[in-house]
Amino acid sequence: MTDLLQLLLSGVSTGACYALAALGFTLLWQASGTINFALGEMVMLPAFMMLFFLNVASLPLAVAFLLTLVASLLVLGGMFKLLVVDPLIRHGVIPLVIATLGLSIGFKNLTRVAYSAQVFTFPSIFPDRLIDIFGLRVTVAEIGTAVLACGVALGVQFFLNRTLTGRAMQAVAQNRDAARVLGINANRMVMYAFLVNAALAALTALLVTPVYLAKFDMGDTLGTKAFYAAIIGGFNNSRGALLGGVLVGVLENLVGAYISPSYKEGVALLLFLLVIVFMPQGLLGKPEERRV
Amino acid sequence: MTGLGKSLRWPVLILAIIALAVLPTSLKSYGVYILTLWAVYVIAGMGLNLTVGYAGQISLGQAAFLGIGAYTAGLMAKLGFSYLLIVPASASICFLVGLGLGFPALRVQHHYLAFATLGFNMLCFLVFRNEEWLTGGTFGMNDIARPVLFGWHFSRAADFYQLTFGITVVLAVLMALLLRSPWGRAFAALRDNPIRAESVGISTTFYTLMAFAIGAAYAGVAGALFAPLVGFIEPASFTVTNSLAMLLMVIVGGQGRFFGPALGAVIVVLLPEWLRFAADWYLAVFGFMIVVMMVWMPGGLLSLADRWKRP
Repeated sequence: MTDLLQLLLSGVSTGACYALAALGFTLLWQASGTINFALGEMVMLPAFMMLFFLNVASLPLAVAFLLTLVASLLVLGGMFKLLVVDPLIRHGVIPLVIATLGLSIGFKNLTRVAYSAQVFTFPSIFPDRLIDIFGLRVTVAEIGTAVLACGVALGVQFFLNRTLTGRAMQAVAQNRDAARVLGINANRMVMYAFLVNAALAALTALLVTPVYLAKFDMGDTLGTKAFYAAIIGGFNNSRGALLGGVLVGVLENLVGAYISPSYKEGVALLLFLLVIVFMPQGLLGKPEERRV
Repeated sequence: MTGLGKSLRWPVLILAIIALAVLPTSLKSYGVYILTLWAVYVIAGMGLNLTVGYAGQISLGQAAFLGIGAYTAGLMAKLGFSYLLIVPASASICFLVGLGLGFPALRVQHHYLAFATLGFNMLCFLVFRNEEWLTGGTFGMNDIARPVLFGWHFSRAADFYQLTFGITVVLAVLMALLLRSPWGRAFAALRDNPIRAESVGISTTFYTLMAFAIGAAYAGVAGALFAPLVGFIEPASFTVTNSLAMLLMVIVGGQGRFFGPALGAVIVVLLPEWLRFAADWYLAVFGFMIVVMMVWMPGGLLSLADRWKRP
């Protein structure tokens, strides 16, 4: 029984990290119709940036994170939108899918060759301590990650639903022309979505790397899990990303422990296939209408 | 195309086919290998072009079908089956699996479909890697023999190339006939306006499934040629990155253009050779080149010709 509870808790903690990345993904989709296949690498790059600041420049973790946050806002937010997405978005989905897949291969191998192909440990922001809750032994990191990630996800939700800027972003997502008529600067709102996505990616890197360890291909699994989480929960609903992420994290842990560890990676895929065949709008999403 | 261009089309095409058929006599064995690999990719690319370019679906799983075809061929060759059985078997198994992959495409489009097919590719990779009793796992499958047909041994590189090229031409003719038939028009209707297509009585369900199944069957034949060409197959040859390379082949050549994959395959097969100077940096350069290429010409190479004509 305690085994099961422990598996559940660590599943929630990894799942919450998937959810953070998934949230950035749904935001980009809602705001601009961008499918970002380089999502995993957008978590991997900040992780390596932080490593660089920590190990080579020997800065404290907080400073390293802030510098990385700024760099990722500039490169993964602003430059990504201006140089890659803006010229391609009017050509439809496929060119953008291919370009972001190319970006993911490029980032991954750039890191491998320019930095290192080795695995690096990464300091956790939480103290390395075990606590005992009714006989259940859990690490502070597990609880801290879950709480922080869920908090940020709910915070983003709050920002989108309760602030003026957030509501303007939603308006642009729903109907760009109508939003323009109301005096909303649509392009700026889309840029905000890219910036929020970049910030979420840097934060995910901070939370996930101590567990996953930093390696040039760490984005592969993380990226696909986040996509699946986003779709399982419902692509057009930010709360869906949280539900999808946690569901994937928990089920993966259970399958890995009780069925077969070598097919653990297939769990998210199976769940995803079931969802798109039986409820294409996702567990919490609203169905998208087809326009003739 | 101008009148002169049209009347020259057939002679040029036939000359090109003859030239490609006799080319290996003047090449070293590595050149013949590259040329054969090109022909194999052209077959897989033609299939993907049907799914993506003509029927307007998106697939990031073509490498998985290449793998299924290759493993089927490898296993059957080990069991001593004739090559005459191996090729149809690889094609039909891929046809059936492709039919299965078509089902998600009935429910969802675009990005969802991209993920569904990408996930399918990852799942196939897991099976190739984990089911060691069947596929040899990460060690792969060794010593796959070149085929013997009617007492002819195709073990020399040039002979095997000619067999591969012959099959490529036959499959290209079949594809051209398919595209000119009412089926071809139905696929285009599916791509251009599925709702309208349905309203004029085209069964979108049937043609979506067929677009995936036939595309997959072509990859199956390509796989059955790939296995004896390379002689050694391992899961790493059939990853999502390879699927991306194949999709790139179709897009760079120009999706929905008949000769697109033939041109795209040249680039995908030769790019590693050209980028050899980059050594370790090869994949990084490759990745960023894809981005630049897409931003510069989202419609593919053959679209540049159109742009030229209509400035």
